Amino acid sequence: MTDYLILGAKVLGESTADLVLRDGKIASLGADTAAPREDVSLETIDATGLIALPGMVDMHTHLREPGREDAETVETGSRAAAKGGFTAVHAMANSTPVADTAGVVEQVQRLGADSGWTEVYPVGAVTKGLAGTVLAELGAMAESSAQVRMFSDDGHCVNNAQLMRRALEYATTIGGFIAQHAQDADLTSWDTEHPAQMNEGSVSAALGLPGWPAVAEEAIIARDVLLADYVGARLHVCHVSTAGSVEIIRWAKQRGIQVTAEVTPHHLMLTDELVRSYNPVYKVNPPLRTEADTHALRDALAEGIIDVVATDHAPHPDQAKECEWAQAAMGMTGLETALSAVQHAMVETGLIGWRRFAEITSVRPAEICGHTHQGRPLAAGEPANLILVDPSATTTITPENHATKGRNSPFRGLELPGQVRHAFLGGHATVLDGELAGSRTGRTA
Amino acid sequence: MSLRHLLDTSSLSRQDALAILDTAEEMAAVSSREVKKLPTLRGRTVVNLFYEDSTRTRVSFETAAKRLSADVVNFSAKGSSVSKGESLKDTVQTLEAMGADAIVIRHGASGAAAQLAASDWTEAAVINAGDGTHEHPTQALLDALTLRRGWCPAHGRPPRGGDLAGMKVLIVGDILHSRVARSNVWLLTTLGAEVSLAAPATLLPKGISDWPVTVHHSLDAALAADPDAVMMLRIQAERMGGAYFPHAAEYTRRWGLTDERLTVLQQLQMGGTSEPALLLHPGPMNRGVEISAAAADSPQAKILDQVAHGVAVRMAVLHLLLSQNHDDGSTA
Repeated sequence: MTDYLILGAKVLGESTADLVLRDGKIASLGADTAAPREDVSLETIDATGLIALPGMVDMHTHLREPGREDAETVETGSRAAAKGGFTAVHAMANSTPVADTAGVVEQVQRLGADSGWTEVYPVGAVTKGLAGTVLAELGAMAESSAQVRMFSDDGHCVNNAQLMRRALEYATTIGGFIAQHAQDADLTSWDTEHPAQMNEGSVSAALGLPGWPAVAEEAIIARDVLLADYVGARLHVCHVSTAGSVEIIRWAKQRGIQVTAEVTPHHLMLTDELVRSYNPVYKVNPPLRTEADTHALRDALAEGIIDVVATDHAPHPDQAKECEWAQAAMGMTGLETALSAVQHAMVETGLIGWRRFAEITSVRPAEICGHTHQGRPLAAGEPANLILVDPSATTTITPENHATKGRNSPFRGLELPGQVRHAFLGGHATVLDGELAGSRTGRTA
Repeated sequence: MSLRHLLDTSSLSRQDALAILDTAEEMAAVSSREVKKLPTLRGRTVVNLFYEDSTRTRVSFETAAKRLSADVVNFSAKGSSVSKGESLKDTVQTLEAMGADAIVIRHGASGAAAQLAASDWTEAAVINAGDGTHEHPTQALLDALTLRRGWCPAHGRPPRGGDLAGMKVLIVGDILHSRVARSNVWLLTTLGAEVSLAAPATLLPKGISDWPVTVHHSLDAALAADPDAVMMLRIQAERMGGAYFPHAAEYTRRWGLTDERLTVLQQLQMGGTSEPALLLHPGPMNRGVEISAAAADSPQAKILDQVAHGVAVRMAVLHLLLSQNHDDGSTA
């Protein structure tokens, strides 16, 4: 056990304070209380120039275990999360077997607890096998030791409107919510020989890749906010990618519908122009959209129409991306680049300050998911889930240096601002000086 | 000429396009000799890497390479390790290890040729022989050669060195899924032609408003605008099931070059001359669907000329890519 004395951190980028971390909590905001205790070492961290933020909470990752341990494991994904500044992550259900039973979600939860680099919360599938035909065991997953409250078929849309209505209704009875991957199957020619490959527009017209229209996302969101309103349920919209989706969510929130929404760092920063290279590292679901969409998403995130940033971290082995575009897997890594991408897109553009950064990366996702010990104020007596960030550092993104197994970062080669210098999970230092220090279960990288 | 690869026409400069067409004129002259062979690529290896069946295009490239004395290897996806699931990367690295100087690739995936050229899998020159619904640059070049051989002489000029300035070219049919249409739109525009398209809205890509073209939804209206050449595109059988238009008969009625429309076409003359307008089709034709038998066999149809020009254009491309000296002093 080690106590930490953090000197001179700017809390939320505002006033400077000294933080004492002791027994898993922030003991005080003053250095004077940091007298060494018997049998407990005290480590002092000079945080001059660093910003203290609540540990980030990611509502959307793919940790690939069980089933695709060649792509990622809960252990490697957890290390990536810690290094990226996340003290909690949610693991989507599209593992093999699918996380659609109490057994699988408990397995993922246990793997996360054993790793100890970050908190790992399994997301339960909405439908059995993600097949979109019958409900998965939502109640059993909710009552399991994993205490699942967030259910999603992410990677697949719950296309059947009747099933979506029932899922929303059923989730209310167990205090949960449905996170929808909004993608109309017909409008994207899903499960056909020529499924949609990229945003439909002037770039897809020139490249001859089947288009993925914005309306395929917007039509599902429009349907689902009406369903959520009708049955009085909570809906979360995964990875919003279009300006039109923002307008529908704005309308729904104005009506008092219980809808929350997330956006990924890559949709804030990158556009479909990148697809002109035909480099499959830019292939992702939903697809990269237009410059106008990125601006609408940034504004919506600043304004609060979009509630949170979520990475949709999707590691893939090299061969899944070193192939023809149409054959390549969809998805990008994101855990270790999220802070930098959001700082670049939102903070450096002047759209938000660090207080709002903490809301969209930590406070709101913790609230939505019901994690009362995450996303807390940096105040005495609060759980010590926090990070220290150097906002003036710049990093040239080099996927080979990442802790994730995936090398499929769309930010490769870009110079981006910000670096997570130190991370604390329940008062335990998982990251020190930008490197993995050790997990709270005693694992080292 | 600075080209390392021929991947598309959207990035092909006017200068390079004209260099290919002018070289093709020389190659066409070779092809009309009794001894149809040049020694320029002796000892060089050209691989035809075909992931899609296309006997016409493969035979055209094979003929072109052989007329330049190159060694030709045909690598077909069927009956090779590809059907056992070998990746494009491994296949290409294998061909590289065998000493391929040029890889002619036909692939069902848009962008496959560009990916080869951008990768470090091979040093060979990459020639796109059709990638998905993206581009088919040698088809557009042979179409341009055919158009130029009609347009320039009609105006009293030799084809060599000429362009298509002022020529009105109408392309009819499935633009959405056509790599031939895309390559032609960019190339013919680069050469100064005014391109218009005629198709139902379902067969035009969303985002086409950015293209340098005039769009017609009625073939009759498009023909009334006095095109100097009409290019009919093949309608693929899989589009006829009702998803894009009700059925083949309705397509033929509205967008087919029927006998009635042939009489309209026969009245058209090339820009202020008395020469008749040209009729092109990239083949293979669906006689009776997008083009009537009488139209296909009419004197205005340049369809067999297109085939002959295909060999000349492909000889020109292989010659220019493989026998040029690069800026760094190396030969490709």
